Parts: sequence; structure tokens; C-alpha cells
Amino acid sequence: MNPTPDKPLLEIERLEVEFDTRRGVVRALRGVDLTMRRGETLAVVGESGSGKSVTAQAVMGLIDVPGRISGGDIRWKGHSLLTRSGARMARDLRGKEIAMVFQDPMTSLNPLMRVGRQISEVLCRHLNMTRADADLRTLELLEAVGIPAPPRRANQYPHELSGGMRQRVMIAMAIACEPELLIADEPTTALDVTIQAQVLELLAGLQQSLGLSVLLITHDLGVVAGLCDRVAVMYAGRIVETGLAEDVFERPAHPYTQGLIRSTPRLDDHMERLIAIEGAPPNMLAAPSGCAFRERCPISDARCEQQPKLEPSRAEGTVACWRASTNAWAAATEVEPGMLRAV
Amino acid sequence: MGRFILRRLGQGFLVVLGVSLVVFVAMRVFGDPAKVMLPLSATAEQRAEFEHLIGLDRPLPEQFVSFIGDLATLDFGESLWQRRPAMDVVFERLPNTLMLIGAGLGLAVLLALPLGALAALRPGGFVDRVTVIGGLVGLSTPQFWLGLLLIMLFAVNLKILPTSGFGGIKYLVLPALTMALPSLARMVLLVRSQVIDELNQQYVRTARAKGLRFHQVLFGHALRNTLIPFITLAGWEVISALAGYTVVVESVFAWPGLGLTAIQAIQRNDLFLLQAIVFTVAIGIVLINITLDVVYKLIDPRIRIA
Amino acid sequence: MAAIDPPAVPAIARSEPDRLRALGEELWKDKPGLIGFLVIVGIVLISIFAPLVAPYDPAAQSVIGRLKPPVWQPGGAWDHLLGTDQLGRDILSRLIHGARTSLLVGVSVVALAGAFGVTVGLFAGFRGGRTDAFLMRLVDIQVAFPGLLLILLIVAVIGPSMGTMIVVLALTNWMIYARVVRGIVLSVRQTPYVEAAEMIGCPQTRVIFRHILPNLTSPLLTLGILEFTNIVLAEAALSFLGLGVQPPATSWGLDVSTGKDYIFVAWWLVTFPGLCISITVLSINLFANWLRVTTDPQEREKRFARAKAAERRREERRAGVRQVTE
Repeated sequence: MNPTPDKPLLEIERLEVEFDTRRGVVRALRGVDLTMRRGETLAVVGESGSGKSVTAQAVMGLIDVPGRISGGDIRWKGHSLLTRSGARMARDLRGKEIAMVFQDPMTSLNPLMRVGRQISEVLCRHLNMTRADADLRTLELLEAVGIPAPPRRANQYPHELSGGMRQRVMIAMAIACEPELLIADEPTTALDVTIQAQVLELLAGLQQSLGLSVLLITHDLGVVAGLCDRVAVMYAGRIVETGLAEDVFERPAHPYTQGLIRSTPRLDDHMERLIAIEGAPPNMLAAPSGCAFRERCPISDARCEQQPKLEPSRAEGTVACWRASTNAWAAATEVEPGMLRAV
Repeated sequence: MGRFILRRLGQGFLVVLGVSLVVFVAMRVFGDPAKVMLPLSATAEQRAEFEHLIGLDRPLPEQFVSFIGDLATLDFGESLWQRRPAMDVVFERLPNTLMLIGAGLGLAVLLALPLGALAALRPGGFVDRVTVIGGLVGLSTPQFWLGLLLIMLFAVNLKILPTSGFGGIKYLVLPALTMALPSLARMVLLVRSQVIDELNQQYVRTARAKGLRFHQVLFGHALRNTLIPFITLAGWEVISALAGYTVVVESVFAWPGLGLTAIQAIQRNDLFLLQAIVFTVAIGIVLINITLDVVYKLIDPRIRIA
Repeated sequence: MAAIDPPAVPAIARSEPDRLRALGEELWKDKPGLIGFLVIVGIVLISIFAPLVAPYDPAAQSVIGRLKPPVWQPGGAWDHLLGTDQLGRDILSRLIHGARTSLLVGVSVVALAGAFGVTVGLFAGFRGGRTDAFLMRLVDIQVAFPGLLLILLIVAVIGPSMGTMIVVLALTNWMIYARVVRGIVLSVRQTPYVEAAEMIGCPQTRVIFRHILPNLTSPLLTLGILEFTNIVLAEAALSFLGLGVQPPATSWGLDVSTGKDYIFVAWWLVTFPGLCISITVLSINLFANWLRVTTDPQEREKRFARAKAAERRREERRAGVRQVTE
């Protein structure tokens, strides 16, 4: 493939993923559109079950039965990864040009394999290195992700490492072939708060030094603020809003984004209490028609029974709402204060 | 490591002590060795003489002490049937049993890994369902009956293998097959479900996200991690074969190993010989258990060496 | 596997008959499990009504009707469907009565060993500390005994009979129950809800009956069923070796044993009783396999996914294309 600079790095178009369960078909993704440019850092936020992780897994080709990609397309530098030839190509891309860091470093490493070998394995696979070369490079990688005494650590097993250490190993594994895109699926969720900051710092540093594009999946808006250029907000298997990070934080257009931000603690703001969004995400077994958020939305009206399109709203931003940029929750607090509760 | 082995040896000693207690209670308290071992025509004097000879006329605790003493010196008395020390008979027959177990379980181990992995590749598929049903049939088949069926097929009808006995490799085929099948069934089912589980583990997703080829994921990760439970089961199979399953196979095929000898000893009321076999096997099991524990320590990094 | 949270479905409190019917419907869909279940029911009924079902007295000998082949073989006749043995006894009748032995021994041993093992396990799990350590060490030691050989020795010394066999098998098979029960008790006691119940001063008997025993039923049921198959096989093996059921009583293992001297002339003597053992044990295994999966929600979801995956592969093969969109 020839890298054309104007082409986006990754394009996800109307991606649909379904899971068969005993109780019926769960439509985890219902037409996700997402574009990533070279060198950019994009955060995908949303509550659990909104489909953020599934999106990442679809890109990595990790959707297995009972799940399947039932529609849409994923393109890497303009080439579809879902066609027959694309799937073949994708096998060589993954781990090399696109790499992933998972949420739980406790279970993501093979417990019975030395961590060094788990890293050098990637090098042997993609860069055709000999075992000895790969081992040497592994030590450099461990050094690069800030693991002290690499030769000793490389010979240890995952259970001998702390959680933060393991996540660093995962990152070393991911950057081993100097990928262009790093997908980080809630990379700090399973870690202690102090370690979280270190790991994020490491990711930010690597992003700078290697010129990585990062797709960061998280439910933690605090993580997003400092690290990402752009934000995409997911709800019930769809993207509901995208935009530059500061725009989305300062002037959220979608009622759901507004609610999400209201319910997040901030240090620079003297809000007296945090306010949760009432209700629960919809049951994805019976995916709702129209706007999925309308049951919980304080400003929903008759139009919301039709699914709003994801339309450009402002510079580099899109939103899927009939009444975008209305201050949805101010009204709600006035009208029905009893609906909201302090967290 | 040394202390660990020592501790396991201590536990093994308790096992042997437990076995001797059970044997002692069975023989001297519930049973009547004199009645079992002497011919029906034995007179009261002969009976008294025999009881005195093996110490039955002394109080039980004293008997137990001397019983343990005999065991400690590996003195199991004279085989009534063979008219020579029981241990000599045991050592003569033991290699045959080991040969049978080795051939049978070796076969099972060699076949179980590929078959189980093959079934696990497509869980719910045709190969998988055939394997599972086949495995269940295998572990539902009584070994002695399987042996007889094989004899009827290969020896009686096809006449290509001998029915029973001991000699060249021809004589080993059917007993080894009979020995192998139930173990193979258990092992295949284990490998299959374990590989399926491993393939669903998060670390396998990591391996796939790394772009590893399928065979690398399967052999390098999933199957490799299945080896630990597999070794556990294989060890258990050796132990349970030694602990008695060979008795059945050996008696079907008249294979002159420890198991057949045990049955012959029972038929000839040769309790000393039987007792010697039981203790030899008990000690063998203790040693295998210790070996297995050491193997785990070597291959499973999660077990700390105490 | 799926990274999505299972959707919350309101738990509908269902009555006992409804649940049984739902289970029945599920069993209907799993053909091997269903076949297993029906065969077991059949065997149980036959063994209960053995004297009514069996065409002959299983011990009735006939000098002129010896070694008659089954009805479909040349020389076979309708009056002995599965032929006769070397003493002219009707094979079918012997098989029917043999079922009684297998079930009787299996049920008694599982009940005895289970009762003892469960008691030991509960005791160890609740007392904890030294009691627990001592009992579990005892279990470890006995597990390392040379099981079958020791049984042979004991039976040889005491003298073989069905009663001896039941007692000895029970004494050598209780450990697994103790281990399983103790494990569950320990893990359940550490769950927050039981800790909470104990903390607020819930009486211990209540904790046992309300919180712990319900967690034991399903694993114990599966374990008991699987142990039953082991006992049936062990009974057959012991009787085959001449150390179990003694003539004139009947047992499948015993019949195989007497038939083995006639394999050159009468294959049916060995084949049919062995087949009975095999079918009984296989049926139970098929049913237990289904039961184990069905009582475990995770396993159920996995089984569903597997079936789905297989179905999808078949579709793909038929369509000849990959399911991903081009």
C-alpha cells in the first residue's frame, strides 16, 4: 500500500456489529462513523455497553462468535480491512501498523510465558528478527516504557510484576514495531490512581516521540481532557457527538454529552454536587427506534422518534440531535428537580 | 527444593503408614489369615502353629509394631504359592506392568493432544461433536469388556493377533489398546475443553492483536498453557492404572504383571504376596506424586518453591 | 467474550412446575442428553419391575437349551431373544435382573459415601483451623492410596459379597465429596452476603441452611451422578474379577466373566452384558453432560455461542463466501 498523505489513516463507516445471545441478538454497534487522521489523538468516550470497546475490537479483528460484523466498513489508509484480500492484509497490519493495549493487564498477558518472550514474539513475527536480535530489542523497548532493570524483568513472569509494570509491558509490546495507530482500550481503568497518571504520561510521551496516532477508549473524561485532540461520544452503539476536545468540553452539543460532563467531577469548578443522568442505557436486545437517548433526555419531543443523522455542527464537529446545542439539563433542573439526585 | 521434597516424602510416609494400618486392620482384626491361608483340612495344631509363626497369638498392638517392622525392612514374608520371598515375585513382575502402562498411556498421550486440539478448533462443529460423543463412549466402556471385544475381533475372528499371553510385541498390542482407550477418552475431553477455554482467555486476544498467526496462537499459547492440567491428568492416569486398572487388563489378557499376580495371589490365598504388591504399589504412587509435584514446580512459574 | 455487558433482563420469579417444564423443553432440544435421560428412566423402570418384565427366572437352568444364539442368528429362536448361556439360562432375563444389581450398588455406594463425605466436608469447612487441616490431610492421604488394589485385598480377606463390596466402595470413594463440599463452603463463606449475614448475627444454622446448602445442591448433584457411573463401572470390574457379586446372584460384570470362557463359541455371552454396562454409563454421562452445562449460566452461554458458530460456518460453506461484507 502506498501511504497517501491526504487519506485519513483509519475510516470506520456505518459499522454494525451484532452478538448472538441466548436471549436474542444484541446490536452492539448500530452504524458507527469515525475517522482518524495521522498523528491525531482521538478519545472515544461513553458508558459501559455503549460499544466503544467493540469498535476497537472490530478494528483489531477480534470480534468472534457469537459476535459478527454485520455491516459497514473499516478502511486503513483507504483499503478496506473487511474484504477477503483486506482481511489477509489486516493479519499483517495488526501488531505492526495498528497495535492495541487492553484494559486489564492482569489477564492480558500469558501467565505462563516470560514477559520478554511475549514482546519479542511480535518482533519475530513482523520484523523477521532472529530470536537473539528480538531479545536485544525487547530490552530497549522495556527501557523505553520505563521499566527498570530490563534484563531481569524480561525473564520474569507476569505474576511477578505489578499492575502498572504489566501495563508498561503491554505498551512495550504494542509499540514494538513502531505502529502508526495505537488503540488503548481503557488502559488505566484497572490501575491504581497514582499509576494511572504515570501510564497516561508514558502514552503521551510515546505519542510525541514516535508520532503515534492514538485511539483512546475511556469512560473517564478527566483522562481525555489532557491527552486528546478530538473526542467522539458514543451512546447505545452509535456516535452521538464528535468535536475538538475543548469544544466538546466547553460547549457540549448533545444532551447526553452535556449530562456526561455534568456528572464528572472537576477540580477547576466549584460545583456543589454532581448530578447523575437518570435512567439506564437502553436494552440493546431490543434496540430502540429513533434517538436511543430520548427516554432519558429532558428535551426529547416527537421528532426524536426518528433517528437524527450525525451532521456537522461546528468546526471539526458533528452531532446527532434534533435540538443540538440546547441547554438540555438547565431546563430539566428547573422543571423537575426531583428527577435528579446528588451523587 | 530439597526441603520441599523432604516434606513431600514425609507426607508419603504417612500414606504408606495409612495403607499399612488399613491392611493390618483388614487382615488381623476383620479377617482371619489362618483361615484364609491354611487348607480347610488343617488341624487345630497346625492352625496354632501357623498363628504362632506369624505372630497372631500376640496382642494386637504388639502385632502392629512387628508388622511395621517387617514392612520397614521390606520383609513381606514368603509367598505361599511360589515358595520364595514375596518381594522377589514382585520385582520379577513389576517391569511387565510398567511396560503395559507405558505403552498404553504413551499411546493415549500421543493421540490425546492432537485429537483434543483438533476438536477445540471448531467447537460445536462436526469433528468436535464426534470427539465429545466418542470420548463419552470411551469413558463409559468397561475396560475388561473392551479387552474381550478386541480379543473377539482381532484374535478370534481376524486371527491376526494372539488372544492373550506374553511374548513379542504382538502380545502387547491388544492389552496396550485396552489400557489406552479410557485414558485417551478422558484426556481428549480435557484437552478439548481446556483449549477452548484458553482460546477464550484475554491473553489469547492479546496474542491475536499482536498479529500472531493462528498456529502461533494455538501452539505457542493455548496448547502450551493446556499442558499443566494435561500433565495433572496424565499423572493421575498413571497412578490409577498402577492402583488397580492394570489388574483388570492383565487378567483379561493373562499379562504376567503385578495385577494378574495380585489376582492369582487372591485365588491361591497368598495374602503375603498380595500384601507385598499393595505396598509396592503404594510406595510407587507416593514416588509418582512427588515427581509430579517437582514437575509442576519446574514448569509452572506461578508455584513458588518453598 | 463479548465486551458488552449482558442486558439486564428482569428476573421473573417462576414457580417450580414452570421451571421443570422449561428444563424439560431445554432437554428436548439436546438430543444426546434426552436420549441419555430416557434410557436411564427405562433402565430404572426395568430394574424396579424386573420380575414382571423378565421372561424367565434368571437362575433357571436348562441342560438341553445351552448356548442358544440370539434370535436373529441361525439356530436362534423366539423363546430366547438374546440366546442362552452355558447353563441354558435366558440371557435377556439375566440382563434385566443384572440391572438391579448395578443400580442398587451404585445408589447405595453414592448415598453412603456421599453422606459421609458431605458431613466431613461441612465439618471441615465450618470448623476451619486445625480440624480442617487434619481432615483434609486425611483426605489427601487416602486419595494417595492404591484404591482398587486395596479393595481387592480387603475383599479377599473378608470374603466377597455384595454387602462387603458396597461398604468397601463407600469407604474408598468418600473423599471427593468432602473436598468439593469444603471448597464450596469456604468460598461461599467468603462472599460478602454471607459475611454480612454472619456479621449481623444471623444464627449459624440459618447461614448453613439458607445460604450454604443451596449452593451445594447443583454441584453435588452433578458429582453424585458422575460418581454413580464410576461405581457402576467399579462394581462391574469387581464382579468380573470374582470379588463382587457372587453367584447365584446376577450382575453384568459377573456375566461377562462367565462368558469369557466361551468367546470362541458364543460371542453373545460377553457382548450383551458388557453392552448393558456401557449403555447405562454412557446414558448417564450424556445426561450429566447436559445437566452440567444447563445448571451453569456461563456454560450455557458458551454452548449457545458454539452452536451458533457451527451454524454460521455451515452457512458460510453453503454460500461459499465469507460472511464479512465486501
